[in-house]
Amino acid sequence: MKWIDYENAKTVDEAIKILSQSGGKARPMAGGTDLIVQLRNKDPRTDADVVVDIKDIPDLNVLQCDPKTGLTIGAAVPLYKIYNDDNVKKYFPAIIDSASLIGGVLIQGRASFGGNLCNAAPSGDAIPNLIAHNGIATIAGPNGTRDVPVEDICTGPRQTSIGNDELLISINLPVPAAGFGASYIRFTPRNEMDIAVVGAGVSVNISEGKFTAARVSLASVAPTPIYVENAVNALVGETVGDAAIQRAANAAREAAKPISDMRGTAEYRKHLCEVLTRRALNAAIERAKEGK
Amino acid sequence: MTTKTHVQTTINGEPVDFLCEPRQSLLECLRDVVGLTGTKEGCNDGNCGACTVKLDGRIVTSCLVLGVEAQGADIETIEGVAEGTNLHPLQLAFLENAALQCGICTPGFIVSAKSLLDQNPNPTEHEIRFWLANNLCRCTGYDKIVRAVQDAAKKMQEAS
Repeated sequence: MKWIDYENAKTVDEAIKILSQSGGKARPMAGGTDLIVQLRNKDPRTDADVVVDIKDIPDLNVLQCDPKTGLTIGAAVPLYKIYNDDNVKKYFPAIIDSASLIGGVLIQGRASFGGNLCNAAPSGDAIPNLIAHNGIATIAGPNGTRDVPVEDICTGPRQTSIGNDELLISINLPVPAAGFGASYIRFTPRNEMDIAVVGAGVSVNISEGKFTAARVSLASVAPTPIYVENAVNALVGETVGDAAIQRAANAAREAAKPISDMRGTAEYRKHLCEVLTRRALNAAIERAKEGK
Repeated sequence: MTTKTHVQTTINGEPVDFLCEPRQSLLECLRDVVGLTGTKEGCNDGNCGACTVKLDGRIVTSCLVLGVEAQGADIETIEGVAEGTNLHPLQLAFLENAALQCGICTPGFIVSAKSLLDQNPNPTEHEIRFWLANNLCRCTGYDKIVRAVQDAAKKMQEAS
């Protein structure tokens, strides 16, 4: 690995100061499961001289789940803490879908949702799920703090709208309205330690047999995870049933702009978009009916 | 450019200090600096689990941890699994069930499986396979490893 300097920031201000003074050559690190590999492989997109360890900053380790205020996931909270949290399991069961399938047990002790979002892989398993939950990212910088919807964070493969002098603090999911259910499903040849061929994160709100709101997001079918507005439009206001679900699945298929690679052809991925959107919607509807 | 950093840790119950560069992984520190070569380097990018160690109570791939991050940490490696010359029941079960051939993956499998049995003394085959999914073996086809873990779990329960 090329030479790096290591700084262990204890506060947000300290981290921002180091990031601001490093001329764009510092990278925050939580679990390091992506960053250390990129530095070791001399990935040109990770041109860093300084690694800023942010795991000891209290604000980034908050995991607070309350049915009245929603869910706050600090940017450095490792996945195992998320999927072992009884309140997250109870109030945000779909979040467990993502937390428990990223990597394997060894990775889940270190990797975080914050890192998954900031790494901005097209296949990031946390990202469609956070978009489906109306997630808001809280980002601190030299000029204060700003809140950004998660779907506006990723701008390209491994590129984000978070500045080099900024730091993701937390991801905040609002309290779900009544009749809410969500789900994240991905397709991989292997259950663990694999990268999504396609991932689908969805949520619905159901009232009196109709969809009152919905969110549909896909991974691995575009340069970034995408929010599929046409799929949402196919659902909202419609009667809950196979007809609306199929129209949304068709819209997801149309919105996908996948590439062909070793994991699957573009055509296969478009097919998977339809299937996974349909399955994820059915799973979300089940959860909505169970009051979860 | 900084010089080497002084890192203070506890490894297998003993205080161990070492000097390392910030770019060195915990795996490199354990093997090349501390001299504990039981932990193996496989893929060096977090996929194979040959470098599994327990860090502050959680198993991790030590190739994806910087040595400097281990300041103040409690680390358990394969060298700490046996008690003196008495092998751990998992180590015996791996031998008796022929759960290794070349042996490079074995320290990682033993450390991972031990952490499973420490928290779940009677895991199902499904639970064992999921827990060990982050450890790769290119020799055995996994079946013998799963049977060895089941065997060790049974013997440990009978002994307790």
